[in-house]
Amino acid sequence: MFRNQYDTDVTTWSPQGRIHQVEYAMEAVKQGSACVGVKSKTHAVLTALKRSTNDMSSYQKKIFKVDEHMGIAISGLTADARSLCMYMRTECLQHKYVYESPVPVQRLVIDIADKCQGCTQSASARPYGVGLLVAGMDQTGPHVYYNCPSGNYYEYKAMTIGARSQAAKTYLEKHFASFENLELKDLVKHALTALKETSQNGDINAKNASVAIVGIDHPFTTYDEENVQQFIDLLDKDEISEGATKTETDTAMQE
Amino acid sequence: MKTKPVAEPSTRTQQPIVTGTGVLGIKYNGGVMLACDTLGSYGSLARFRTVKRLEKVGDFTVVGASGDLSDFQKISSMLREMSTSDSAYDDGCNMTPRDIHQYLGRVMYNRRNKFDPLWNELVVAGFRDGKPFLGAVDLIGTMYEDDIIATSFGNYVCLPLMRKAGTNLSKEEAKQVMENCLRVLYYRNTKSSTKIQIATVSAEGVEIGEPFEISTYWGYSAFQHTEYHGKRL
Repeated sequence: MFRNQYDTDVTTWSPQGRIHQVEYAMEAVKQGSACVGVKSKTHAVLTALKRSTNDMSSYQKKIFKVDEHMGIAISGLTADARSLCMYMRTECLQHKYVYESPVPVQRLVIDIADKCQGCTQSASARPYGVGLLVAGMDQTGPHVYYNCPSGNYYEYKAMTIGARSQAAKTYLEKHFASFENLELKDLVKHALTALKETSQNGDINAKNASVAIVGIDHPFTTYDEENVQQFIDLLDKDEISEGATKTETDTAMQE
Repeated sequence: MKTKPVAEPSTRTQQPIVTGTGVLGIKYNGGVMLACDTLGSYGSLARFRTVKRLEKVGDFTVVGASGDLSDFQKISSMLREMSTSDSAYDDGCNMTPRDIHQYLGRVMYNRRNKFDPLWNELVVAGFRDGKPFLGAVDLIGTMYEDDIIATSFGNYVCLPLMRKAGTNLSKEEAKQVMENCLRVLYYRNTKSSTKIQIATVSAEGVEIGEPFEISTYWGYSAFQHTEYHGKRL
């Protein structure tokens, strides 16, 4: 009926010049819950919205530490992300063994991108169904990269991926120019505010939000559960002070 | 009864062939200095008079080598490859002196585990982010850092002289210490020469000087009337 003739494997071009399987993999990234990555002169921050399948289950982990100077936030197939994360960790250890120093962020991102690219040319392979926001720190400062299943990678000042990330993107586009000179606290606040835009009911709390920070004299640290509350509080206070017209019940309803 | 011929164990580099002797390294105020002579000995024969044993690696590091010179050429080409790939990445990151020191340590240790060592003692000098670096690696992969380093014969002859001079030196003073050390080394070491080379690494970058001759003085009476416990040698 409406079967697509050209999407059965990754080595078949469509007459329009597209590789459908790769595009489907990129769609998988949009299915996952959103992640945000931003950076200033001194820090890179990741935030992610966690989902739980039902009330009895835990929230799915979204941010993975790779090494002391780098970590990833993921959207898409978590299993694929874990496999890529393991590869990244191994590469970091290898680099540390040979050079006694952390691997430059872009070099590892290129390795991952090459790995993803390999899957877009082999009939027996399936492209990775996950997008990675890589936040890291090296000689040249903090970095945020987006790594796509197609094998492309991009460096960003601010980026967001995943479900309803367009809303966060709109927010970031409005504010990213000011990020460079921000204090860490304010940077995190922006990252969480952007993340909030992607939340279905505008609710982010200590349970469903993750924050990760890496920067100068700040090894990659993930904040979850009770540790993330301090950043959530940042957000709420700000809203109360800015939104003078809001009543207390309005704020209470959001939580 | 016939016995089966037993295969000899495979052997690799069991001795160095063309060799260089001691390399000296010292930290001074605002930089690090390396010095060595330029002789390539073939056994005890002074075979090659001007062999450069100091190699610039990247923008902040110099590596000096004593021991087998062909092995050092191999190491040099590995290091050049490394800095080429640094610039090929084009990401603004490059190897620090410490990176290079660790890398060499890994390479040497790996080769000794294959019973095929690269027969060198290496000295790594660098200056990065306002900090001096001076480290040594030997043919079995032993690594250490210090304010003064001397390899091979220099270990015995020059180290005490350098220790006496200390590290609170100007560049000019450091150069005097190095020249004097190599002069004393030449008096005592049959495999050294008076043609020497000095390299400095500082905030200004790497500077490898051209080889030049140092003076010697043989008029000391101890050189002319060598006695040991009253016995003429």
